Amino acid sequence: MWLLSEHSRGPSLRFGPPLLAAAATGLLVVGFGLAFYWAPEDADQGFSQKIFYLHVPIALTAYACFGWGAWKALRLLWTGERRYDLESYTAIHMGVIFGLLTLITGSIWAKVSWGVWWSWGERQLVLFLILFLFYSSYFMLRFSTEPGPRRERNSAVYALFGVVLIPVSFLAVRIAGTILHPTIFTHEGADLPGEMLAAFCVCLAGMLSLAGALYLVELSGKRIDASLRELKELLA
Amino acid sequence: MTTSEKYVTAAYLVLLCALLVYLLIIALKVGRLEEELADLTRSAREKLGG
Amino acid sequence: MSAYAADVAALARKDLLLEFRSRDTLPAMLLFVVSALTVFHFALPGGSSERAETGLLWIAIVFTALLGLARAFAAEREQGVLDGLVLAPSDRSAIWLGKTIGVTVFLVLAELVALPAFALFFHPLSWELVAAVALADLGIAAIGTLLAAMAAASRARELLLPLLFLPLVIPVVIGGVGASVAAEPGSFLAFLGLYDAVFAILCWASFEYVVTE
Repeated sequence: MWLLSEHSRGPSLRFGPPLLAAAATGLLVVGFGLAFYWAPEDADQGFSQKIFYLHVPIALTAYACFGWGAWKALRLLWTGERRYDLESYTAIHMGVIFGLLTLITGSIWAKVSWGVWWSWGERQLVLFLILFLFYSSYFMLRFSTEPGPRRERNSAVYALFGVVLIPVSFLAVRIAGTILHPTIFTHEGADLPGEMLAAFCVCLAGMLSLAGALYLVELSGKRIDASLRELKELLA
Repeated sequence: MTTSEKYVTAAYLVLLCALLVYLLIIALKVGRLEEELADLTRSAREKLGG
Repeated sequence: MSAYAADVAALARKDLLLEFRSRDTLPAMLLFVVSALTVFHFALPGGSSERAETGLLWIAIVFTALLGLARAFAAEREQGVLDGLVLAPSDRSAIWLGKTIGVTVFLVLAELVALPAFALFFHPLSWELVAAVALADLGIAAIGTLLAAMAAASRARELLLPLLFLPLVIPVVIGGVGASVAAEPGSFLAFLGLYDAVFAILCWASFEYVVTE
């Protein structure tokens, strides 16, 4: 039995969720406000460029979640402390949610920019599709393996594979573009003017805080679940 | 509203929708946890002669 | 160092001898790949390009590999030998390396039939395609062996292995098809080499975590 005794609630867990949630609220409201009221409208894309302030922070946050999950997985394999399994799992869970949101917002952006819901030439979207499939298989792996150290270690190794897959797939999709699926459409424009960059950074910080707050809340929920299960067994 | 504005609004609504769905899931979870905890408390009271 | 190499050789030889005697996996792979190529002929409408046909060859290779990999740990499972191997004094990564070599040999043997069959049914092969297939075999065997060990721990291993395998093999398909059809195959072949190196190291280092109880 592991949870009741081994895990201590340090200050980061007591104050983390409310602080991050407050930060997320403030940063996202200010960020989106700046994006709509202050940042100039893009000359080429017009008003539809405003999706950029939503889609790209979500995408980067998804990457951050997968990276965080891989870090926790590495800690698990290194130290063998069981709590890292839940932390890794929760981080990847968040990553998949943000990944799905990336695909949806990206698809909407593609539709408004080029009239199609999906384009194989849009490298970010294709990369996210591959990662989304990969991390969805992560859940299949967890659901079909009995809970225990075996599942924890398999999940951790798979999470590490995921984070290695990110740059490899990025490179693959890039070289695929030169020959197989020509990049007709792209959002990669010129450098961002100062106001756009500033608004973007605030949105990014807000999105990361949001992910952090959700992560801590979700982790708390999973821990309570596990503790209750342990109590049930003790009292049975 | 122009077409552009409609799509941009839709994209931001997706985020709002996701957050609200998450709230719903957490609400259901908290309810379930509360029920389970009440069960366990009752069980403990019986077993340990509260 | 040489003890390690001896372990690896022993494990690879054991797998190959077992297959040579029981002959259940390799004939199935050979028949599967030729059947698949036949199905592909009927799946392609008349006048399809050579590029489309080449793409389908890679699909055949990937799914034939999956067929073979599903059996990768079957023998150990049926005889309860995997625990014995894991408890043996050798480094557990030797198990991975030995198995991977075995799987690679199976794949190469299957392709010795598949590639001529493809040349017969569809169109002649280029040496770039053969080189790409060789490089891809290494990557597929490397990750496939590790994922097969992972899937072996689950309740639904026949379902899980393809799910775990396919997203990871997408870059291999990109590299392979690219090398087969592009005017400049060099960068695609280099990419395949990079994929093989990166994932082989990762698999080699992490295999022991996957098989320990």
